[in-house]
Amino acid sequence: MKILTEQIDVPGIETIDVFCKHGGYQAVEKAIKKMTPDEVTEEVKKSGLRGRGGAGFPVGMKWSFLAKPEGIPRYLVCNADESEPGTFKDHYLMWKSPHTLIEGMIVSSFALGANTSYIYVRGELMYVIHILEKAIQEAYDKGYLGKNILGSGYDLDLYVQPGGGAYICGEETALLESLEGKRGNPRIKPPFPAVKGVWQCPTVVNNVESIAATSWIINHGGDAYAAIGVGRSTGTKLISASGHIRKPGVYEIPLGITVEDFIYSDEWCGGIREGHKLKAVVAGGSSVPILSAEMILNTVDGEKRLMTYESLSDGGFATGTMLGSGGFIVMDETTCIVHNTLTFARFYHHESCGQCSPCREGTGWMDKVIYRIEHGKGRKEDIDLLVDVAKKIEGNTICPLGDAAAWPVAAAIRHFRDEFEWHIEHPELAIQPGAVYMRPGASWAQ
Amino acid sequence: METKNTIVFPAETLDLVQKIMKRYPEGKHKSAILPILHLAQAEWKWCSPEVMDYVASLLSIAPVEVYEVASFYTMFHLEPVGEHVIEYCRTGPCCLMGGVEVYDHLKKRLGIQTGETTSDGKFTIKEVECLAACGWGPVFQIREKFYMQLTAEKVDQIIDELSK
Repeated sequence: MKILTEQIDVPGIETIDVFCKHGGYQAVEKAIKKMTPDEVTEEVKKSGLRGRGGAGFPVGMKWSFLAKPEGIPRYLVCNADESEPGTFKDHYLMWKSPHTLIEGMIVSSFALGANTSYIYVRGELMYVIHILEKAIQEAYDKGYLGKNILGSGYDLDLYVQPGGGAYICGEETALLESLEGKRGNPRIKPPFPAVKGVWQCPTVVNNVESIAATSWIINHGGDAYAAIGVGRSTGTKLISASGHIRKPGVYEIPLGITVEDFIYSDEWCGGIREGHKLKAVVAGGSSVPILSAEMILNTVDGEKRLMTYESLSDGGFATGTMLGSGGFIVMDETTCIVHNTLTFARFYHHESCGQCSPCREGTGWMDKVIYRIEHGKGRKEDIDLLVDVAKKIEGNTICPLGDAAAWPVAAAIRHFRDEFEWHIEHPELAIQPGAVYMRPGASWAQ
Repeated sequence: METKNTIVFPAETLDLVQKIMKRYPEGKHKSAILPILHLAQAEWKWCSPEVMDYVASLLSIAPVEVYEVASFYTMFHLEPVGEHVIEYCRTGPCCLMGGVEVYDHLKKRLGIQTGETTSDGKFTIKEVECLAACGWGPVFQIREKFYMQLTAEKVDQIIDELSK
């Protein structure tokens, strides 16, 4: 079942003519000509669609929080700042099929009563920005954007805003600061963007994939969308699959397939690369806890783990993880968990905006301490020190970057403490190129 | 170093700047800083204080408002750079695909370290964080173009091509 990527490989799908030939912009026609904004919102609520950027907050509910004071403009801002390591689905979707996002932007803006909307794209994707701008011009030319869309009296202008290279701008209030032409420092909430967002006006910020899904929901109904998936994990999800698999890439899965199927089936990742064994997975982008092969495939109760929000988090952080943004990073037995954790710690150190001291200082210390462990200079007390620093960052910052930095370090130690100990106890071995600790008896160690 | 009076966008770019400023509500044109800084860097390769002052003058804002933004976002070069700036991804997923080894090869091939420029002014290498292309790693970017699934051989070909 594919919703967003069914036609992604059709030649010319990036042009509005081909896109329309394959059913494109029908949701705009339907929403604007036959529905009220509240009816559109109602369908999205019914669909159970949850925010696809990582937090998983219900989209329809987020929309219903939007303040609507008389005479004050409201804004929809699409978060296309995709920067979470392991995640490249929005990049893929916008590059291959820009109109899928633009159609969703029009439907969603109509529902929210926004007359100006922005797509905030990370600046590194400048070529994608050009693709989007070309597609937006086509939509203007066809009358799907601009004044009096389809004769309805509804006006909408849509612009693309480039970022400048800052992971923090994926956090919605930092994104809004950036859109205002400032440094991307997250704001203290409340007030939430739904009340005071960009330029202090009511604003909804949604991820690319969330917005793109609204077109299908309008065409087929919220109930049809909710019929896909399991429980509160409705619909499909784009999964960015990377690492040691046969077929890395972006896959649209119906939520609810097993993790095992996703990794080993030829329909998806196609299994671990030839001659190697699964060691660990980071299932939802770099910030979610890493799990060992056994833990990612099965829950602690021995049930097969599913690709859903609930099943991936089954067991809490003790034995579970999160679906997050769907950045699915697969590691085989050649992977040094300490080195991988170092790259993540370095990432968060680099990307911390510096506003809150626990994050600014803590990410720096985690980076430095893991660096010295990885480079054979670790001390016995370093592991507990890392756990302590992670604990002191978590929950003590304005935005979730602090948590996102703390979790991968804490989880790597929780599940692979022996690898950190080995680095500290055997620095002469650990610093050899390609050196990897093999846990005796582990499924990947034979 | 270019002098102040040579820093003026070509007429076509100035038109674009005017259009960009109209994307935002009246009085909120400060939002145009990032798009205009990108245009400026494309024009002058790096954001010198003079370039940033020029951007401030276009937007009728204080120069410090541009400095504080340009220094926050990693894409803006605040020091002179070579003709081709190679921005190499150093984050986990690219490392899993051999990113570290390929990067070592690139540094050896150019004879420079991270942040340095070759003596002929042709290449600068910078390490960057995740470029959202993890399934196609290792990856680096030169201006708008992504170079993906890099190997030592591919790196050599790219450098050869750009050295011509």
